Amino acid sequence: MLYRTAGQYKTTYRSDQALFPIRQDALLLGIILVLGWVVLPLTASEFVFQTLLIPVLIYALAATGLNLLTGYAGQLSLGTGAFMGVGAYACYKLVTIFPEMNLLISVLLSGVFSAGVGVMFGLPSLRIKGFYLAIATLAAQFFLVWLFEKWPWLYNYNASGAIQVPNVDMFGVWVAGPQATSTSQYYFVLIVVTVLTIVAINLTRGNMGRQWKAVRDMDIAAELIGINLLKTKLLAFAVSSYIIGVAGALFVFMWRGAAEPNLFDIELSFRVLFIAIIGGLGSILGNWLGAVLIVALPVILNTVPDWIGVDIKSATVEHINVMIIGALIVFFLIVEPHGLARLWQLIREKLIHWPFPY
Amino acid sequence: MELLSNIFVTPFADMIGAPDFLMQVIWEGLVSGVLYALIALGFVLIFRSSRIFNFAQGIMVVFAALTLVGLHELGLPAWVAFAGTLAVMFVLAVVIERVVLRPLIGQPDIILFMATIGITLFLVGGGEIIFGGENKVMISDELGIPDGSYEFNPFDGFLLLEARDVTVVFGAVVMVAALLVFLTYSKMGRAIRALGDDSTAALSVGISLTTIWVLVWFMAGIIALMTGIAWGSRAGVSFALEIIALKALPVLMLGGLESITGAIVGGLMIGVLEKLFEIYWGQPLLGGSTEAWFAYVLALTVLLFRPQGLFGEKIIERV
Repeated sequence: MLYRTAGQYKTTYRSDQALFPIRQDALLLGIILVLGWVVLPLTASEFVFQTLLIPVLIYALAATGLNLLTGYAGQLSLGTGAFMGVGAYACYKLVTIFPEMNLLISVLLSGVFSAGVGVMFGLPSLRIKGFYLAIATLAAQFFLVWLFEKWPWLYNYNASGAIQVPNVDMFGVWVAGPQATSTSQYYFVLIVVTVLTIVAINLTRGNMGRQWKAVRDMDIAAELIGINLLKTKLLAFAVSSYIIGVAGALFVFMWRGAAEPNLFDIELSFRVLFIAIIGGLGSILGNWLGAVLIVALPVILNTVPDWIGVDIKSATVEHINVMIIGALIVFFLIVEPHGLARLWQLIREKLIHWPFPY
Repeated sequence: MELLSNIFVTPFADMIGAPDFLMQVIWEGLVSGVLYALIALGFVLIFRSSRIFNFAQGIMVVFAALTLVGLHELGLPAWVAFAGTLAVMFVLAVVIERVVLRPLIGQPDIILFMATIGITLFLVGGGEIIFGGENKVMISDELGIPDGSYEFNPFDGFLLLEARDVTVVFGAVVMVAALLVFLTYSKMGRAIRALGDDSTAALSVGISLTTIWVLVWFMAGIIALMTGIAWGSRAGVSFALEIIALKALPVLMLGGLESITGAIVGGLMIGVLEKLFEIYWGQPLLGGSTEAWFAYVLALTVLLFRPQGLFGEKIIERV
């Protein structure tokens, strides 16, 4: 009943190909947008901003970048963390070299640097395939994190070796650094993430996305029908690393406030990969579902012992969390290997005639 | 010019100038190479028979070593604890096969890979709860691993071999030989190889997939225990050991994912070369700790010329 599409006639190809051909989808998205843009920022507390809303947005963006590469173009990447690091360090250098530049421009420019690095480490993908390609991105992962530590210019010769986000204002409002409020940071992230998500959705629906999918499904066959593999694969690396780099810049500037090189180590890569896989490879919606799950899960698990009144040491809670997350990953993979996005699709199909059996 | 000479002349001059030190470096590299090779062997066994890229091998090493030490702390004699650990690894293999792998048969590689990362997280959390996070001492004396060291004086220099390292290398050689004999001559070993060559054909002649998977994971568990004893007697047992699993990846890629020879040669190559690079190029020129990435860059360079690794099966693609 809820998802009945009867009566929604399409009279043009244009409306048939629309982003949301079903009215209920558009309505649902509208509700989510109102929630995200108006209701949540007005009602959320500092804690909710810092532990849920901002990280969900940033992780969803990073996972979107990874998903374009791994889910759409079929190139496995284990170097997401390092590419986020490139974005973060590039943004830091841009902000300290050009302090009067608008932060929005610095953040968007920092993605260009990580795109360049991404293309460099994507070059081997022309010869190396499948799991073997993971080594190219792992090389990027370990080499770049090492570089963040050993190249003092990157962190302006700080004694601590870490980068500290300075106070940055846009149009008289502090948006980054210790003085910024969570609300302004949230809106900043939301604007960037919304724009890039729309771009990503349209890329995957267009010519480029179709070429990526062809390469993913079988790259030799794709080459035979006239797709330029070099261009397609490198573009996938460039676009993906660009988005990941921007996510990395937001990660440090809008959320963490400071960063050491080991913040970008392989665990971050795996976390983003989890989000993409649990959400669903080859789905933009999946990144959001996965990000909500992975970010919210530890927060919820941390509150459970208090809630049921059991007194457990916080270190033990931490270990139990790790265990539960591991078990849940396996559980979700077994229940639905194609991820939460596919699960949502199944639910929607059920909802078409729910509560009637046929 | 000076840079070029620093890269191409000075390191080699240093090597020739102090051959005993060079030999010491190579020996150290060989010993860690043996350990990389052992971990890679566990990977290869599982990959050959099930196409699963088992990320959990590293944590299995930690888990096996911690179980051994934990059982000994309960008051069991060393050899009983050893047998008990083997039993635990067998149960682990059965549980992993039943709970995780069987429902995921036929899924894409990356899903299975992710599932093994899930297993890793589960074992990390579980291990820390059961055994605690602190560093433990491996019970090498109780297991009869000799202490002390041998000294040699080649080229009027000084070379020191720890008795433990010699035992580790010797033990690894024996184990690899035993493994090869098992795979080549026993019925089960042939079944494992058959599954690796063509799983459908192997199934059709009556080889049981699930039995072989349990067997293979158990063998990987035994290798993990051996690796854990070897590495633990050098550096103590802690969860930091888990990261050596990541070192085994370039070893595998370098050698070829399917090849046991590749795992051994790749392990030794990476062990020795990364030590040499670190001592002669990394520390003087690049500020050190190049071991973090050298193995990956080396493997990447080799893969650019041989995409299937040094000993891997040639990749033939058809449309």
